[in-house]
Amino acid sequence: MKASKIFSAVLATVICGSMAVGCNQGGKDDSNGLIKVGIINNDPNESGYRTANDKDLKATFCEANGYDASFSYSLKNDEQIAFAQKFIQDEVDYLLLSAADTAGWDSVLKDAKDAGVKVILFDRTIDADESLYEASIVSDMAKEGETAVEWLKGQSLDKYEIIHLQGQMGSAAQKGRSGALDDAANELGWKIVSQQTAEWSAEKAQQIVQSVIDSGESFNVIYAENDDMAKGAVAALDKANISHGVGKDVIIMGFDCNKWALEELKAQNWNYDGQCNPFQSSYIQDIIKKLENGETLSQKTIIMDEKGFDAATITQEDVEKYGI
Amino acid sequence: MTGKLKAPNTNPIGSLFRHQIFIPLAALILLVLFNLIADPSFFQITYGHNSAGNPVLSGNLMTIIDCGSELAILAIGMTLVTAASGGQDISVGAAIAIAGSVLLRVLCGSESRPTELHAPIFVAFLVSCVVAMLFGAFNGILVAGFKIQPMVATLILFTAGRSIAAWVNNNELPIVSEESFTIFGGYIPGIPIPTPFFIALICFAVTWAVLKFTNLRLYIQSVGINEKTSRLNGLNPAVIKFSTYVLLGLCVAVAALIKVSRLSTINYSVIAKDIEMDAILAVALGGNSLSGGKFNMGASILGAYVIQFLTTTLYKFDVQSDALSAYKAIVVIALVIFSAPVVREKMAAAWKKLRAPKSIRHQA
Repeated sequence: MKASKIFSAVLATVICGSMAVGCNQGGKDDSNGLIKVGIINNDPNESGYRTANDKDLKATFCEANGYDASFSYSLKNDEQIAFAQKFIQDEVDYLLLSAADTAGWDSVLKDAKDAGVKVILFDRTIDADESLYEASIVSDMAKEGETAVEWLKGQSLDKYEIIHLQGQMGSAAQKGRSGALDDAANELGWKIVSQQTAEWSAEKAQQIVQSVIDSGESFNVIYAENDDMAKGAVAALDKANISHGVGKDVIIMGFDCNKWALEELKAQNWNYDGQCNPFQSSYIQDIIKKLENGETLSQKTIIMDEKGFDAATITQEDVEKYGI
Repeated sequence: MTGKLKAPNTNPIGSLFRHQIFIPLAALILLVLFNLIADPSFFQITYGHNSAGNPVLSGNLMTIIDCGSELAILAIGMTLVTAASGGQDISVGAAIAIAGSVLLRVLCGSESRPTELHAPIFVAFLVSCVVAMLFGAFNGILVAGFKIQPMVATLILFTAGRSIAAWVNNNELPIVSEESFTIFGGYIPGIPIPTPFFIALICFAVTWAVLKFTNLRLYIQSVGINEKTSRLNGLNPAVIKFSTYVLLGLCVAVAALIKVSRLSTINYSVIAKDIEMDAILAVALGGNSLSGGKFNMGASILGAYVIQFLTTTLYKFDVQSDALSAYKAIVVIALVIFSAPVVREKMAAAWKKLRAPKSIRHQA
């Protein structure tokens, strides 16, 4: 009994402490003409994509650029909503949001609107009325998938036997990237040897590809929905001495354009990597500038440019510029 | 040892039902039979070379002893923790992320793509062992010192661990390009059997020796069975519980070395994801009571490999990988029912009945 009391006291202190830290961050404001921005993002540890996204935002929304920015991170929607309420209380000028989940944002965004807080969505869309936010800057995941599949069609292989490694089922990236491949496979009669979710994890991808190799089925394409899974797949191929890359037995396709992945491309060990652009901050900054000048935005939804890289044509410059 | 204490048993098969190792063994035999009937090629092992030119044996059985090894190593620590404290550590996955992150931090310094290693692998491994044991000690203090329920105490690290791991490396995802680092999760040049299995064997041997030649087993079991009486007999239950958590920390560091070496990199949010549940399942599958007391180490280890056997079998038959946990849940349900004393007594009794008429006929 005593122990649990002590424990709860410790827990309470920790919670109060973390709240106090949060308050301090939000507290130093006013005056000096800084634009006050509250940024709600997913946990930067989630992936290389998110880390790059967070770094980019931090680099742009700093005091030197005229912003007073506070950051909060969570992978849970309810926590994110609580952060949003706090930012509204702190009277931020702009609320930038990458929502964990698409639903549940209506009431808090209405509060934001009433309080005069302008909301800009980045990276992920939500199911709420368009009037509740100023703009939304997103990647078109379906288009990413289509670009990749177009590239694969262009390889005009004799036969298509594909191992399809999917991301976390139900995520926007998984839906978009899987959808394009499924359509093409149906249409062109490509054979999907195995279609499994490795939940973005290299370890799982390695086991899945290993099991296909052990079963003795033949395949010549690995379509992994992110770089980590492609890496896991390649580890399994290396173990079984199956050659991969440009002009080899198996074509390796990945997404996200991690720097190390682009280097694999450059070394001809992989064949294709599709970009998922994490650098939204310049777009957001443009919008904020326009809004500050009282201009109206020509469109609500801005879809970012995204490329696909081919091992045959990638340059060192591309690796430096687009690698995350 | 435990066998000697039991009353002499007249019926060897009846006692088999009551023997601990029966459960994982039965599960294993079931899986083997299933695979033999469904597709005997499951057991095929082929000899070849990997892309580095080293000889390797490959096949499903190799995959099982390869991928099951981390789990088996964790199962050792988890069995001790379970036996002594009557609860489980749910933070092992997060602790693996921390240990792996520390390992890479020492190897790579602050660079994310070092051209050469900043420290010998052995030193980095020692540092990660120390760190993992410190985190184990943290759990141990909460459980043994503050008497918090193990699952609640380790929930703290379960929640915070992966963020700590990311913080250790400044959110970078370092990649080791050094060839010799891949040995621990791959192959020793010239030896066609995966290294993780050898590492696991070393761990088993050390554990066996410790349990055989020290009083650790006796102490842990007596603390697990009855804390008060063991204190009256001069044991310090807090120290014993604490030490099991530190030992689990050591197991975590070894598992982290294998995990990180497999891909020469780390991803904090997905490395060793959900492995704590598998480790606990291994202990349960080994027929150990999850509320502490007596334990059978061999059964836990076998349990770990059985779980991997199940996973590999399901992959082989192209079961959707996100449905794997549903199958594991079925195993858990079967286990709980099967290991309930009522059911096992009934089974033993039923066996006796089956045997009884025969022996009467013999006499006649």
